[in-house]
Amino acid sequence: MSDTILELADVSLAFKGITAIDGLSFAVRRGEICALIGPNGAGKSSLLNILNGVYRADSGSVTFEGERFGRIRPGSAARRGIGRTFQHAALFGPLSVIDNVLAGLARHSRTTLVEHAFGLPRDAAETRRFLQAAEEILAFLDLASYRDRIVSTLPYGIQKRVDLARALAARPKLLLLDEPMAGMNGEEKRAMGSFIEAARDTFGLTVVLIEHDIGVVMSLSDHVVVLDYGRKVGDGPPEAVRNDPVVIAAYLGKPH
Amino acid sequence: MTSASSAADLVPGRRLAWPALPLRYAGFAVLLALAVVGVPLVATDYWYNAILIPFLIMALAGLGLNLTMGYAGQASLGTGAFMAVGAYATYNLLLRLPGLPLPASLALGGLIAGLAGLVIGLPSLRIKGFYLIAPTLAGQFLIEWTFNQVGWFSNYASSSSISAPRLAILGRDLSSPAGRYALTLSSVAVVTAIAWRLVRSQTGRNWRAVRDGETAAAVIGVPVARAKLSAFFAGATVCGVAGALWAFAYLGTVDARSFDLDRSFQAMFIIIIGGLGSLGGSFIGSAFIVLTPILLTHLSEAVLGAGLDGGQVSNIQRVIFGALIISFLIKEPNGLVALIVRLWRRLVR
Repeated sequence: MSDTILELADVSLAFKGITAIDGLSFAVRRGEICALIGPNGAGKSSLLNILNGVYRADSGSVTFEGERFGRIRPGSAARRGIGRTFQHAALFGPLSVIDNVLAGLARHSRTTLVEHAFGLPRDAAETRRFLQAAEEILAFLDLASYRDRIVSTLPYGIQKRVDLARALAARPKLLLLDEPMAGMNGEEKRAMGSFIEAARDTFGLTVVLIEHDIGVVMSLSDHVVVLDYGRKVGDGPPEAVRNDPVVIAAYLGKPH
Repeated sequence: MTSASSAADLVPGRRLAWPALPLRYAGFAVLLALAVVGVPLVATDYWYNAILIPFLIMALAGLGLNLTMGYAGQASLGTGAFMAVGAYATYNLLLRLPGLPLPASLALGGLIAGLAGLVIGLPSLRIKGFYLIAPTLAGQFLIEWTFNQVGWFSNYASSSSISAPRLAILGRDLSSPAGRYALTLSSVAVVTAIAWRLVRSQTGRNWRAVRDGETAAAVIGVPVARAKLSAFFAGATVCGVAGALWAFAYLGTVDARSFDLDRSFQAMFIIIIGGLGSLGGSFIGSAFIVLTPILLTHLSEAVLGAGLDGGQVSNIQRVIFGALIISFLIKEPNGLVALIVRLWRRLVR
């Protein structure tokens, strides 16, 4: 296994002539937590959308686990082991927490419509296995007491955690987190941060996350990539990036 | 259920509103027992022919559309067409394969309708939301036209409606009203039980995931294309069985005109009124759609007297019917089933 799990080479993306990402290259090491930071509109979410196939890059290539692809579909990204949470926790609102997490297991299902319709033994066995896996994830993220709640009726912070549970259930190799702590208070942010670290350590994940709270970024991440207007303006360990004058000018601002 | 749940109630968020599963199974068992044992004790031929049989069959058609539209979120106006395919397929199976028993012909007829649904559902892979109504509408017209134009399907009958073959299972004649009710009830019970399994399985979960967020579903690895096509297939199969029953157990003839666009709309009204994404809602909606016009007829006869012109009465009925639908939807957009669940919650509190 190579040390690099993900490598972007010269990736560009434009929407009707407006450049969102401009010749971006960087690499993510296996097992690290890599933070993407940058001002609004810097192309961070667009980049995550390229990585799991929601958008197609105009040029450049992405290499994941040694396999190079220019274009990928969301389903095939999921099958390769790229998981994702969403900025606004795009959960299945009318469904219960456990059903949301079970939906995250869909890519591991090997049973057919006929087996489901008649409840044949293979379906029963798979259902048992899935329920156990989903309940393990809920316990891991301290969500067990929310098991049967309707997701849309839950507080925002809990919804973000359910989103993480749904992504983790699929046992991805690479997990993309789009502002996992947006709208949370300090205590909730710390809790979410320790859940992300625990998930990385327990499941051997690699994490790429977008986060605006620079304090959280510095304490949580091993590697920081700074974007500005779709270009990379910083790339390195948190301490180095924090002191880089170009990064400070583009994003962090001058210390007062 | 107060002290046990009080600790869990400290957790924010609402539970699913339904009563507990064992209670629901008990409820089903009671309803089924009533339908099997209770109804034949009191029902007259009028009840079988005008109320019970059409109610059950349209509930089944609504249930089929509910799988496609209510659970998987794929809007369809092809219900009438799928029913027609089921009816003509079953007719031809009975005609051309005389050895095939009736239940097998019904099931095969349904599966052939399911294949038609699969084909008509193909555009759903590219077209989303309400725009999907356009290709299903095209399918509705095309299939209706085909059955009217191609003589082979109706065995070159001189009139466009053809009489259905004799209904019998294991030598027992089912052509009496009670026999046709028994055939309808058992078919509806079996298909509903299968649909119940299906919506609670991974297939059903994938359907609802696609309905509630197609992009998110694709990103987390739900096979979106397979979910959409399987929803069209399963829904059209159920509609096909309903269509065959409509022809054989209700009308006694196979006629493409009874599976026109109006029928598709009727099924859609049934599930919108009853409850999208609820199997029980299909039955409640069907009861509403079948019973309300009969009720209105009796009411208008009592209030206005028999002297009024029949056409005028039926127009007034339509106005009242439409007004009822609109006011129900404003009061409870999630359908009558949500109203009933709310009542239930109030009762157990």
